[in-house]
Amino acid sequence: MEKLPEIRNYTFNFGPQHPAAHGVLRLILEVDGETIVRADPHIGLLHRATEKLAESKPYNHTIGYMDRLDYVSMMCNEHGYVLAIEKLLGVTPPIRAQYIRVMFDEITRILNHLLWLGAHALDIGAMSMFLYCFREREDLLDCYEAASGARMHATYYRPGGVYRDLPDKMPQYKPSIWHNAKEVAKLNENRQGSLLDFIWDFTNRFPTRVDEYETLLTDNRIWKQRTVNIGVISPERAIALGFTGPMLRACGVEWDLRRKQPYEVYDQLDFKIPIGLRGDTYSRYLVRIEEMRQSNHIIRQCVEWLRKNPGPVIINNQKIAPPSRVTMKKSMEAMIHHFKLMTEGYALPEGEAYAAIEHPKGEFGVYLVSDGANKPYRLKIRAAGFPHLAAFEELVKGHMISDVVTVISSIDIVFGEIDR
Amino acid sequence: MSDLEALHTLIHAELNSFIQKSTLAYGELTIEIAPEHIREVAFILRDRPELDFKLLVDVCGVDYLHYGLSEWETNAATEKGFERGVDMSAMQHPHLTRPRFGVVYHLLSLNKNHRIRIRAALEETHLKINTVTDIWPAANWFEREAFDLFGIEFVGHPDLRRLLTDYGFIGHPFRKDFPLIGNVEVRYDAKLRRVIYDPVSIEPRILEPKVIRNDNRYQE
Repeated sequence: MEKLPEIRNYTFNFGPQHPAAHGVLRLILEVDGETIVRADPHIGLLHRATEKLAESKPYNHTIGYMDRLDYVSMMCNEHGYVLAIEKLLGVTPPIRAQYIRVMFDEITRILNHLLWLGAHALDIGAMSMFLYCFREREDLLDCYEAASGARMHATYYRPGGVYRDLPDKMPQYKPSIWHNAKEVAKLNENRQGSLLDFIWDFTNRFPTRVDEYETLLTDNRIWKQRTVNIGVISPERAIALGFTGPMLRACGVEWDLRRKQPYEVYDQLDFKIPIGLRGDTYSRYLVRIEEMRQSNHIIRQCVEWLRKNPGPVIINNQKIAPPSRVTMKKSMEAMIHHFKLMTEGYALPEGEAYAAIEHPKGEFGVYLVSDGANKPYRLKIRAAGFPHLAAFEELVKGHMISDVVTVISSIDIVFGEIDR
Repeated sequence: MSDLEALHTLIHAELNSFIQKSTLAYGELTIEIAPEHIREVAFILRDRPELDFKLLVDVCGVDYLHYGLSEWETNAATEKGFERGVDMSAMQHPHLTRPRFGVVYHLLSLNKNHRIRIRAALEETHLKINTVTDIWPAANWFEREAFDLFGIEFVGHPDLRRLLTDYGFIGHPFRKDFPLIGNVEVRYDAKLRRVIYDPVSIEPRILEPKVIRNDNRYQE
């Protein structure tokens, strides 16, 4: 009888510069043939010590750093941070600001899930999805720009409200050497009214777009072969591993902070919480697709409310929120307030608070310790993706090398928030 | 908030012998325990059906070295003129009235829908606490992070390696006595043809000083 050759396990690097690693993730994989035996994620290649930087700056300076954590769901990060500050200050933003925040949180959720869907499909091999998803993202980034002035790093939320009210006029394209007046008129068709009109028009189109994505993927035989029963996790194990958000809901656990521990005006809005059945990659896909439809529904309710109810968008407490430019030119008091806020900021009372929001990726929490100063004494960011990636080995063990890529993208990781 | 008070009473009934101090503030319940009791407390919190803290949300370290110290004098400075900046060297070894470090756990119960915060204070001379990785597997990376950034040793952790900092990093960067600018910088050395470490070439500076104002604004 011929002796079989001796086969040894093989260890190799995946990343840190791998296009399917969704950033800078170094994975050390040990394989037996093509089966994963061990996976050790090495993170921290994007570590910027955001928490320590925050400790050296007045509170408002850190809002911009929050955008740079999970850089595909910018305003949601800001939301978690300003909620923690508001909790310690004991202020509540005006109702209109709360609706604006909820609307932008849901716009952000769609932005996040669209990028996830495009990248996930691209990783599995469906190239065209990426292009379709980015087409819709473009409109939503224009909403970001119209409201805050920046397409990505908005720095729009403030403790006590939002920076400014929504614009009455949607910015329009101008004729250029690439687009003549006729083409520009077509591009500007849905930009004739206010930002809310533009968002309303988007929400009319968007469900059809999601139907299109589903036509391409949901019943696609290749898609199902690549995702069904890949990276399965049981609900008990998911809870023990600290899973939250769509990762937990895909296991069949109905847990959503927007419903269970409502913040802002979520308790007044109508939406459903989708859950999955099997806890595999396919369930996560279905959950996120349905979440996009629910977000669309929430945005529509917010737009309707915001159209009918004008009002202030930031509290009228000038120890926390700066006075308007106009009053600043006339009132000495307002000028002093402005000067003190810009040079020193505001001090928080001594204490500690933890504020969590339902981030597109799971529970995003901010733990704030204040010693009564104008800077946080300690800021801890509980990134939603962090425990998910920590459980990566469990999800991927026993699968094939090609499934590593599927599982990484199915947990929806962004290294800005994991490395912080 | 009555739910929270009910939880407070319940926690006291279940854990009375372990609790050093409990606080209800900002709609949150915090209990402080001795570090040697963390595992007993963790088992009770997770396994008693009326507590049911099955989900560990977060574990983090806190360094209280500069707690309550400010970089800008606000009370007694006007007589001396305009210079209100506080000499940082005076802040190097302040007299701490509390243990320097703390480990903070945030727990959540999905069935009961309540949260709790646990804090264990650690002396700098004995920077050790038992791991809870086997009780909540989620603690694995959180404890590695706290070890990396604060140097807190989690006894019994199966794989206590650095997580966020560079390979071969020296020091624990989130301690308050670790400079914000770091100690070393990297550059490519053309002669050696590799990346090397040099001492930092920049000076630390404070742009907006930390100010604590005792104006009783928040005291009712």
